[in-house]
Amino acid sequence: MVSAVFHSPSATASPVVARFDTRSGYDWNSLLMAVLPPVLGLLLMVLIWSMVSMATAGSIPTPIDTAKQAIDIFSDPFYRKGPNDQGVGWNVLASLQRVGLGFGLAALVGIPAGFVIGRFEFMSRMFNPLISLMRPVSPLAWLPIGLLVFKGAHPAAIWTIFICSIWPMIINTAVGVQRVPQDYMNVARVLNLSEWKIVTKILFPSVLPYMLTGVRLAVGTAWLVIVAAEMLTGGVGIGFWVWDEWNNLNVKNIIIAIFVIGIVGLLLEYALIKIASAFTYEEVKS
Amino acid sequence: MSTETLNAKFIEIDGVAQTFKTKQGSFSALRDINLTVAKGEFVTLIGHSGCGKSTLLNLIAGLTIPTQGHLLCANREIAGPGPERAVVFQNHSLLPWLTCFENVYLGVERVFGAASKSTGAASENKTQLMARTDAALALVGLTAAAHKRPGEISGGMKQRVGIARALAMEPKVLLMDEPFGALDALTRAKLQDELLDIVARTQSTVVMVTHDVDEAVLLSDKIVMLTNGPGATLGEVLQVDLPRPRSRVALADSPAYLGYRKAVIDFLYTRQAHVEKVA
Repeated sequence: MVSAVFHSPSATASPVVARFDTRSGYDWNSLLMAVLPPVLGLLLMVLIWSMVSMATAGSIPTPIDTAKQAIDIFSDPFYRKGPNDQGVGWNVLASLQRVGLGFGLAALVGIPAGFVIGRFEFMSRMFNPLISLMRPVSPLAWLPIGLLVFKGAHPAAIWTIFICSIWPMIINTAVGVQRVPQDYMNVARVLNLSEWKIVTKILFPSVLPYMLTGVRLAVGTAWLVIVAAEMLTGGVGIGFWVWDEWNNLNVKNIIIAIFVIGIVGLLLEYALIKIASAFTYEEVKS
Repeated sequence: MSTETLNAKFIEIDGVAQTFKTKQGSFSALRDINLTVAKGEFVTLIGHSGCGKSTLLNLIAGLTIPTQGHLLCANREIAGPGPERAVVFQNHSLLPWLTCFENVYLGVERVFGAASKSTGAASENKTQLMARTDAALALVGLTAAAHKRPGEISGGMKQRVGIARALAMEPKVLLMDEPFGALDALTRAKLQDELLDIVARTQSTVVMVTHDVDEAVLLSDKIVMLTNGPGATLGEVLQVDLPRPRSRVALADSPAYLGYRKAVIDFLYTRQAHVEKVA
């Protein structure tokens, strides 16, 4: 009956909803696809690790022994027993501090330099050959120069980080400035905007996504380089910790250090991607 | 010069030629352009792709400087771009990180705000500037979308913000480079009607580039037809004496309208159909 349908919308609506529910249900399939492959990957790694451990007759420790050691280490990450025996937490923080300082200085120099190189063709032609020459050099090659000039291991490590993280920031910022759409610059000319307005309202927002890509690459490289730099300079730091544990023949701690380095690097990358996507505007993305 | 002659020759283009330097040598885009636009006149530039319509518009805008000849606007040489010759760009060119309001405000602030030393007018306070921005957005019917970003509105709305930005600066001349070219036919018709209405209310002088014959006849007082490039020049100037206000529905079967339409189509597809015939 027509009237019945019109007067009882809830009665007609509910079976529809119910049918819809039973058909869709919970999407177990995609959950399985999201969880199963990564878990299998981890299991494969543990399997190969165990086989290597068996093949080397225990000189590479088993996953279980390493896990036990890790629980032990992470139960007290912030202890201090003299300058060469500190908790893993202190070592990671020391490395992060060096990366932060070196990277921060590189950003202070590199981002303005990138703007200048991108904005003025003369500067671009002047500095591009230098950048092309310096960029492929391993930053560790600069470490002796740092030791010589700054007369200390700590500033030399920061100097190395500075050198390795400055190139991606200069290059990406410069490319960003060069790729500011001509349309936007035409708008600026027609509106007769002041140089300050051009920088704040047009150049900076449109370069920002490129700049953040540079920052992300720079931090990634810096985290790679700090481990090697600290192996050479010593002191406190995750890289030195690896080297120290090698000298103590404590392979379990080396493996733990590898995981710690990996996880910290992953977190840095993830945080920077989050920041970058928050500052990227729809039309710039595409 | 008397006001009357100034009004009749509001924009004066005198013996203008434009040559671009390319890797293959110099390329002549425009030659022997002589044209005047009266105050309050609506002029469209029409021609095939690559005939230099946009080049001519950029010259009037001052975005490029001619290699020969000179251009005058209100009896002053056009030496560079400026807010008195506002441009509505083909692809709207709104800044995606600013809201519609902020996009319009950017121009308003420059022309009427504290920074407007060059115009000599008294600078207005923030409330007045915001009122001007609101008025411009209301003029194009976008009050509701004022605080949305360009990415959140449709193509037709973006183009309307571009028009609002240009009109808000109270320009002496409104320059439009295929403003509706990227829109679908229905949206285009709607915006053309709105433009007719706005131009009638504001008494604007408009120079518009188009490739759409109906658009040209519907909107213009004068249709300037360009020959094919390279080395394009004025082929024919057609005075459109249809009474205003114009209605697209009433004009659809008006013999006068169809006559103008035929004249433009004749020029474009018979006389300028092939580059070889010109060269």
